[in-house]
Amino acid sequence: MTSGIRFENVSVAYGRSVVLDSLDLTVEPGEVMALLGPSGSGKTTALRAVAGFVQPVSGRVFIGDRDVTGLPPHRRGIGMVVQQYALFPHMRVEENVAFGLRAQKAPKRGIAARVAEALEMTGMAAYARRYPRELSGGQQQRVAIARALAIRPGVLLLDEPLSALDAQLRSGMLAELARLHRELPDVSILYVTHDQVEALTLADRIAVMDRARLRDCGTPQELYRRPRTEFTASFVGNANLLPVTVGSGSVSFAGADLKVPTAEVPPGASATLCVRPHLIGLGDGPNALRGTIAEIQWRGSTHRLYVDVDGHRLKADVRELRETPALGAEVTVHFAPEDAVLLAAGVSDA
Amino acid sequence: MLVHSRKGKWTVWALFFVLFLPLFALPLLVIVTASFSTNWSGAFPSGPTAEHYSAAVRGESLQALTTSLITAVTASLLALTVGSWAALAAASLKKRGRRALDALFMLPVAVPSVVVGLAILVAFSKPPMLLNGTRWIVILAHTVLVTAFAHQSVAAAIVRLDPMYEQAAASLGARPSYVLFRVRLPLLLPSLNAAAGLCFALSMGELSATMMLYPPDWMPLPVQIFTATDRGSLFTGSAVAVVLMGTTLLVLLAVSRIRTKASYR
Repeated sequence: MTSGIRFENVSVAYGRSVVLDSLDLTVEPGEVMALLGPSGSGKTTALRAVAGFVQPVSGRVFIGDRDVTGLPPHRRGIGMVVQQYALFPHMRVEENVAFGLRAQKAPKRGIAARVAEALEMTGMAAYARRYPRELSGGQQQRVAIARALAIRPGVLLLDEPLSALDAQLRSGMLAELARLHRELPDVSILYVTHDQVEALTLADRIAVMDRARLRDCGTPQELYRRPRTEFTASFVGNANLLPVTVGSGSVSFAGADLKVPTAEVPPGASATLCVRPHLIGLGDGPNALRGTIAEIQWRGSTHRLYVDVDGHRLKADVRELRETPALGAEVTVHFAPEDAVLLAAGVSDA
Repeated sequence: MLVHSRKGKWTVWALFFVLFLPLFALPLLVIVTASFSTNWSGAFPSGPTAEHYSAAVRGESLQALTTSLITAVTASLLALTVGSWAALAAASLKKRGRRALDALFMLPVAVPSVVVGLAILVAFSKPPMLLNGTRWIVILAHTVLVTAFAHQSVAAAIVRLDPMYEQAAASLGARPSYVLFRVRLPLLLPSLNAAAGLCFALSMGELSATMMLYPPDWMPLPVQIFTATDRGSLFTGSAVAVVLMGTTLLVLLAVSRIRTKASYR
């Protein structure tokens, strides 16, 4: 079954507070769409609107071609995995996984095979007879995924599925999820997260949300390399955001003329220049800026330098230095013109 | 523990026994002692004898015991069904409706049970709702009185029940009725059990409403104890009381064993 998800102008409000403001978004069949945003950005509300646990005050939600806006959750044909796993504590792993099939009155003979298949896929076949309380957090999450996959949903909703796991387990599960999606290329996945690494790793496209609104949407590469708003620039990856005045083919910042692509912003306007910290180099080069070292952090393979340039603090991630400059030392940093992105002012509040 | 020093602990224990023994344990102990005695005029009773017990477990008393057991089990099951149903229904209501329903079910607790007994007597003494003179009026009164407690404890458990289980079940395609019987009720089972035990114990000991309602062929054990002691058969009454106590405790123990088996986390 192939089916995407479509939000058409969906708004959700509790009383007077609008928690999701006219969302328009399409998840193509088989696509992994990450909803990325801070808490309170409306991303979980959007997912719950697809699941049917919140009712939009306006707009329509489609799964495939089917308008599901008024349908109760159990008739939507979705799989869902939440942060706290929500495994039924009184059922064994296999009963948990079989739950959806039994609830939908699937033929008995097929159930055992489907349960075995789902457990196999998530590597939990050996734990079929256990109770959830006898499993670790990571194992419970695998069972929750198996349970959602067993009903062969066209749409899989993942609500912060990895946030309850520790960092090491998380990266392992991330790889597992990527593998699962390769094995089930027809399943559309809506993946809610506040973690940019998860979104960047897993998603075909990322929808960036903030304060109940969709701010930006694009492939991870687009959003990372060519963010359109200050919010996207700072939320997807790290960013230096410098206030500049636009000239023709260059911008002026702190008394220096910096060569950057200015095609999208008219000359004379004030704008924000976004440069990723790892694209800033130490030493002389194009677009050089002089400043003083305010702080140095050693991060194993890199050094993070905080450089004050004319009252603005720049972050630069450079390969681990043999000799670190002293605090307060005067240094020159630079970046390549094509590594900078100019953001028109005011776009951030669009 | 709140108290750390050895001396302090001893003091607390001593205080506990000084308060606990006379208030809770001694009266019960006196009943047990009295049930074995033939005469108690001085400081200590004379005896011991098992004569009262042989009277307490046969004939009229045995019948009163079965009457009490049947009444308590029936009333508890009815109360549990009605109370849980109401609590589940209330949970899906808005705040105001829920409060109103809760208040309605708490009414029999707030009203003295004598009044409840009288109300039921008056209400069900005329056709077409003529229950007076049958065992059903006793069972009905007990049900009304204990439903409040069933409702209360199940409602409290429903509030604690994480909605994510229900939602997970619904997202897997389960109809609300399937969710209720396969997920919500099994998860509520420990509380249902506790409520059943509470209802049973309360019904086993109910006297004041029963006194107003019981027909001659349906005399529960507490009434039997009351009439025995009223006639002056204090020691026989004590023996019957011990039987009542013992039976109730045994049933509660059995119910609590089911509860430990049914708790999952």
